[in-house]
Amino acid sequence: MADDPRLHHEHSELAEMDLRVRALQTVLVQKGYVDASALDVLVETYETRIGPRNGARVVARAWVDPVFRKWLLEDATAAVASLGYAGRQGEHLVAVENTEARHNLIVCTLCSCYPWPVLGLPPTWYKSAPYRARAVRDPRGVLADFGVTLPDSTEIRVWDSTAEVRYLVIPRRPAGSGNMREDQLAALVTRDSMIGTGLPRVPAEVPGVA
Amino acid sequence: MMDYQSHADLGGAAGYGRVVPEREGEVFHASWERQALALTLAMGATGAWNLDMTRSARETLPDYSSLSYYEIWMKGLERLLIEGGLVGPDEIAAGRMLHPTRPGLCALRAADVPATLARGKPTQRPIAAPARFSMGERVRLRAQAVAHHTRLPGYARGKIGCIERTRGAHVFADTHAQGLGEQPCWLYTVVFSGRELWGDDAARGLSVSIDAWEPYLEPLS
Repeated sequence: MADDPRLHHEHSELAEMDLRVRALQTVLVQKGYVDASALDVLVETYETRIGPRNGARVVARAWVDPVFRKWLLEDATAAVASLGYAGRQGEHLVAVENTEARHNLIVCTLCSCYPWPVLGLPPTWYKSAPYRARAVRDPRGVLADFGVTLPDSTEIRVWDSTAEVRYLVIPRRPAGSGNMREDQLAALVTRDSMIGTGLPRVPAEVPGVA
Repeated sequence: MMDYQSHADLGGAAGYGRVVPEREGEVFHASWERQALALTLAMGATGAWNLDMTRSARETLPDYSSLSYYEIWMKGLERLLIEGGLVGPDEIAAGRMLHPTRPGLCALRAADVPATLARGKPTQRPIAAPARFSMGERVRLRAQAVAHHTRLPGYARGKIGCIERTRGAHVFADTHAQGLGEQPCWLYTVVFSGRELWGDDAARGLSVSIDAWEPYLEPLS
């Protein structure tokens, strides 16, 4: 395995990027443009504080609270801010709701625009060329890559995030979740279900909540 | 002859394979990616450039399509630093400071990170001019290419869509990226049928929307 040339290639690329980033960081800190301790806080924020559990909480609230759901659909920025989530790459939020008739899918074909305050940093595939190329043209094929098949009769609406509006999908509440508490419901809401490439988990998939 | 080439406009492009799902919570794949993200955000917070300039710097990297996402971020950052006269190529090569600091930039402090992120950079602006188009109106998207950063994806150029929503007036990415100011314009969600975009072999039941600034739109007469 140590002789696998692909492995060598990957390792050397990794080492090269590692050195390159370290070198640039040194220059920027020496020049006073960057405060090294701020870098740690930035990383820590997106690794531990800002991620898809925020969005899951928003969706669960919308599932149990019709007034909140209405507010979320009318003014997602304000409704989401009421739960404490706001800011960078979510300054102008719009929530779109899946129904029996229509499934929503979010993409940014031009770069990687994504609603950070509610979903965190985008997954690799969201930023990848295959997703950006195919989502607007072959959404059912993309969904199949995620193991999702929708009825033929379901319309698919793809939202290409070409400006500073950021979209969040409100997936349909799973059957059999009628007696669940809000925090239990949030555990059903996956990141992919809020992008539209997945569906929420069903209660039986989540230990201790069914 | 066009002298601006974006390599990032991928919507509808043929020949791409399957999308590879990823476990939730898998945020970075190498420790340098963490630093690439943090350096990019920290430099963005100094106000040395704006987000549209960042996008422009990245999408015109000649080797864009052969780079990983955070490699694109790193190369874009180096480019902005060099073009902005903040850092010399010799400093990047040497990995240490060789020239004086450009004055006037204020580093983001650790204590200010939460508030800076929470504030974000809203792009909606007041505007005196009334919106030219109204909900339900059919419009044609600008057909010709432009020789600068734009957020009108190629697949929508020349296509006919319907104004679904007005989103208020927003900083115009095209001018903002060129350093020509915010020049806020009305922004609309414009929806297209799959058939309008892709013809007879469009996926059944498909509609696609983009968010388009008013200068991208022409009335249907």
